[in-house]
Amino acid sequence: MARSVTTNRKIINTAAAWAIGLLIFFPILWTILTSFKTEAQAINDPPIFLFFDWTLENYSVVQERSNYARFLWNSIFIAGGSTILGLIVAIPAAWSMAFVPSKRTKDILLWMLSTKMLPAVGVLYPIYLIFIKLGLLDSVVGLTVVLMLINLPIIVWMLYTYFREIPGEILEAARMDGASLRSEILYVLTPMAIPGIASTLLLNFILAWNEAFWTLNLTAAKAAPLTAFIASYSSPEGLFYAKLSAASTMAIAPILILGWFSQKQLVRGLTFGAVK
Amino acid sequence: MATQHSRSAARMMMAPAVILLLGWMLVPLTMTLWFSFRKYLPLRGGDQGWVGFDNYVRFVSSSSFWPAVQTSLIIVGGVLVITVVFGILLALLLDQPMWGQGVVRILVIAPFFVMPTVSALVWKNIFMDPVNGLFAHLWKFFGATPVEWLSQASVQSIVMIVSWQWLPFATLILLTAVQSLDGEQLEASEMDGAKPLQRFFYIILPHLARAITIVVLIQTIFLLAIFAEIFVTTGGAFGTKTLSYLIFQRVLESQNIGLGSAGGIYAVILANIVAIFLMRIVGKNLDA
Repeated sequence: MARSVTTNRKIINTAAAWAIGLLIFFPILWTILTSFKTEAQAINDPPIFLFFDWTLENYSVVQERSNYARFLWNSIFIAGGSTILGLIVAIPAAWSMAFVPSKRTKDILLWMLSTKMLPAVGVLYPIYLIFIKLGLLDSVVGLTVVLMLINLPIIVWMLYTYFREIPGEILEAARMDGASLRSEILYVLTPMAIPGIASTLLLNFILAWNEAFWTLNLTAAKAAPLTAFIASYSSPEGLFYAKLSAASTMAIAPILILGWFSQKQLVRGLTFGAVK
Repeated sequence: MATQHSRSAARMMMAPAVILLLGWMLVPLTMTLWFSFRKYLPLRGGDQGWVGFDNYVRFVSSSSFWPAVQTSLIIVGGVLVITVVFGILLALLLDQPMWGQGVVRILVIAPFFVMPTVSALVWKNIFMDPVNGLFAHLWKFFGATPVEWLSQASVQSIVMIVSWQWLPFATLILLTAVQSLDGEQLEASEMDGAKPLQRFFYIILPHLARAITIVVLIQTIFLLAIFAEIFVTTGGAFGTKTLSYLIFQRVLESQNIGLGSAGGIYAVILANIVAIFLMRIVGKNLDA
């Protein structure tokens, strides 16, 4: 008797959760479906859910007309480059804060966090001006540096929370055995730190890929990543639903897949370790 | 000796990150502060000198200031209420035993990974378009006149789009918090005869308080700065101009750098007020 109640309850839970889950996911699903329709079917009234003539034409048209591959490459370069640069700067910093903490460590961490809170629009013109002076406007290098800087606090914080979980006794043991600082880092710390570094890399790649203030304001035709490329579809001449959907699907698909792997890190990374 | 050595090594290792962030913060901010006290119109006469607090007064007394404040408050407040309320309900639901929990979780989280320009554009055209949008089809099916979402209900539409983007974030954090709830405590309360609503208000909600506070603070900082969603959908028209969008227009569209910079300083101060509360919580957590 009690058992059947739980099963009933489980059925209701399952139905409700799936219904809500699918409702929330629906806009993405619909975009993906529309990308395989013809333009006429995409705006058909009533809307066609599944029984349309599946076609890949939109994808090839988007690539041909807009040279999609170049925007994709810009996105990969900017997101990947800014993440790797950020890690190179952040790993030593987080390492030293986690293993050689001083009285000021906490203040430095909180101060770093505060730079992340700086509203971008407040420094838009100075950055714009500096970029013009240095010839960095509409260049992937300039954008890579900016995205590295805006994500650096998150990278340091994430790494710090991961490094702090590595037991200090292991380091002491290595030191007792006469390991130098270099071999301590290389052979003891690195293997234990790799999962944390990988999670940090993943989350920051996603954040940089989706960043849509600096990418829209500091690029034009040459260095535009996918965020800016998609925004160019908002002009009235570009209003083709199926092609818009194909371009959108290509822009979000890699990140959706990466994102599913980083669910857990998301909480840690975006709450600065305050919720685990 | 050894500690002294490692301390100075530690300082060296920290230096690049600290110097970079210090530069990133101080240089542009100092420039914004400097411009905010000057009459500076690059396209109309350039830098015309020192004007004191003129820009600050003009930014606040311009006719678009209060509507922008109001829009910002509605968007931030609306999205916060929607994401926190539905986030709690969704987190409680996802915590229940069910089949395919992992898949549902993935479905719910997915919108967070969609880039803002894509979600804005998809909602604007495929859903909210008054002629070909899915909502228009739905309205016509029920015999109603399709709504011109982004002009007639522009702010509400943006609240809806942004809520869709941020609901996963709130849900995920609240779910993490729900899962750390002590099951025995709930069981004990059940045995003592606590009704579901009582359990929610006296045990679950207090347990979630900290997570809710964090969701509210982090989202507020990001929501005050939303840009692409407005840029792509309405371009600031139909009363959707937020404070940060107004500053963006002053700086890049009307090229009034002095005025825009004064607005930028207001935005920095506003963000810092929120940030202080957030840092207090995060800081406390560091000690623990």
